[in-house]
Amino acid sequence: MERPLTQHIRPGKEPLEIKQYEGAGGYASVRTAVKEMSPGDVIAAVKASNLRGRGGAGFPTGTKWADMPTLDDARRPRFLIADADEMEPGTFKDRFLLEGNPHQLIEGMILAAFSAQTEVAYIFLRPGYAPPQRRLIKAMAEAYDRGYLGKNILGTDFNLEMHLHLSAGRYICGEGVAMIQSLEGKRAIPGPRAPRTSKFGLWGNPTLVNNVETLCNAPHIINHGAEWFKGLSRCKDGGTKIFSVSGKVNRPGAWELPMGTTLREVLEQHAGGMRDGVKFRGVLPGGASTDFLLEEHLDNPMDFDSLGAVGSRLGTAAMIVLDDRTCPVGMVLNLERFFARESCGWCTPCREGIPWTVHILEQIESGNGTPEDLDLLEAQTKLLGPGRTFCALAPGAMEPLQSALKYFRDDFEQHIRMRRCPWR
Amino acid sequence: MLTDDTKKEIEAQIAIYGRREAACIGSMLIAQRHVGWISDETLEDLAKFLGMTVEELDGVATFYNEIYRKPVGRHVILVCDSVVCWIMGYDGVREHLTRRLGIDLGQTTPDGRFTLLPVQCLGACDHAPAMTVDGELYIDLDPEKIDKILEAHT
Repeated sequence: MERPLTQHIRPGKEPLEIKQYEGAGGYASVRTAVKEMSPGDVIAAVKASNLRGRGGAGFPTGTKWADMPTLDDARRPRFLIADADEMEPGTFKDRFLLEGNPHQLIEGMILAAFSAQTEVAYIFLRPGYAPPQRRLIKAMAEAYDRGYLGKNILGTDFNLEMHLHLSAGRYICGEGVAMIQSLEGKRAIPGPRAPRTSKFGLWGNPTLVNNVETLCNAPHIINHGAEWFKGLSRCKDGGTKIFSVSGKVNRPGAWELPMGTTLREVLEQHAGGMRDGVKFRGVLPGGASTDFLLEEHLDNPMDFDSLGAVGSRLGTAAMIVLDDRTCPVGMVLNLERFFARESCGWCTPCREGIPWTVHILEQIESGNGTPEDLDLLEAQTKLLGPGRTFCALAPGAMEPLQSALKYFRDDFEQHIRMRRCPWR
Repeated sequence: MLTDDTKKEIEAQIAIYGRREAACIGSMLIAQRHVGWISDETLEDLAKFLGMTVEELDGVATFYNEIYRKPVGRHVILVCDSVVCWIMGYDGVREHLTRRLGIDLGQTTPDGRFTLLPVQCLGACDHAPAMTVDGELYIDLDPEKIDKILEAHT
């Protein structure tokens, strides 16, 4: 099985230095692109590869790149932002890529910048990622030194300045417009109506925003072609995917596997199944803001469309396992506390609604809930659902709640009936 | 007063954005590295240096989780309370830390050695429970490990 994204990653060891990376074929795609291809050719290759955004939304990457205005648009500079603000609970795939092979991200960013004709690129890095930060700084310096960054890249008229932006931490920065606000030195607020950042981004200029894993795929598409890339996958979305598993399994971790690998295969073959003494009850398949799935869904392939079809989302493919010794009400309460604390507070439904949801869940968990509370929670999932808030934070917060109410209703009712948490 | 070294570091930040106010988050992180937190006086100095109003800068300062507007101890412990750490034993970690340090979340030990704060997911879910001390990550926490980590930070 081919694992392009992780082939040079040696867990526990320092990543490849630039000369080793070049020796293993690194930066060949940059040479090919800037010397032999036009920006349009690069976009066409990425479009044909069926690469979809790995940050969670699954938007087709080639379409996003093609959406940048042409150079007739006089606004300069144009910007590229690599979203390394990995803060979705349960998600650590980008850490794996950043720590393991920072040059791969830089190489992918150069391709994206070349295709979108951007002159300035930022890596938006979350705090608390000290090893990725150190390694990115080193890798960027090496890439400048070797002429892959800066003025007249590889002797062409293509220029790219790349900078590291260290965030001071807030989950909402992962939202496209909020991230731009944050880079501008403001509170990270999604804004009244999210404009397309390609048309109106950083300081009003055209701006392309891509997730780390998305960008890391680009060099392999240029090196091996769109057909090869599609062949890596078991479904119509191209490529491999970094799947991760956490919770009470034998081997929590992250693995690069074909897009469309089943939940069961990831859980059992790679994560080693459940630990002794605990049973599987459910899983959030794509991070904290996705709907629970059950045992009956385990043979479902993990890709954007297949998980959508069973009422959840691929999200970041960060599987968080719920076991039978963990209280589902307590778990949902923990999730809602996170979303309440991380809400930017800009729009009322989110600012007020999620803390209210937390309050109701606390009542139930502490044995003071009533049967009417379940109706109230159901109502919240509608009132905070898609289309009622400026961004996707509140709707995302409602996904684990609405599915828990559906799949673990007995547990909620038991808390109310027994007037305590049965797990305590 | 901002030292010349701090000002130099901030100017380098400004250069990567090409605008003074865009460097405000980085500037606060730089200033904080030296004294641990952003006092009213530092906030005023920074605002002046960056060409912002104090209120504007305070609005930014109070938005972000890792900019501190109150004094912190010599070492800042950020303990993850997100879902995977919660499943894997956050309650025990918190109890042990608060008992050992004799403080609650959000507080600083009377000797000014540690500040204990809850934080969102640290992206170390394959080795939960986790925390950082002064930005460095510690994983697979248990009481024994926590004691050793605390001892190493004097």
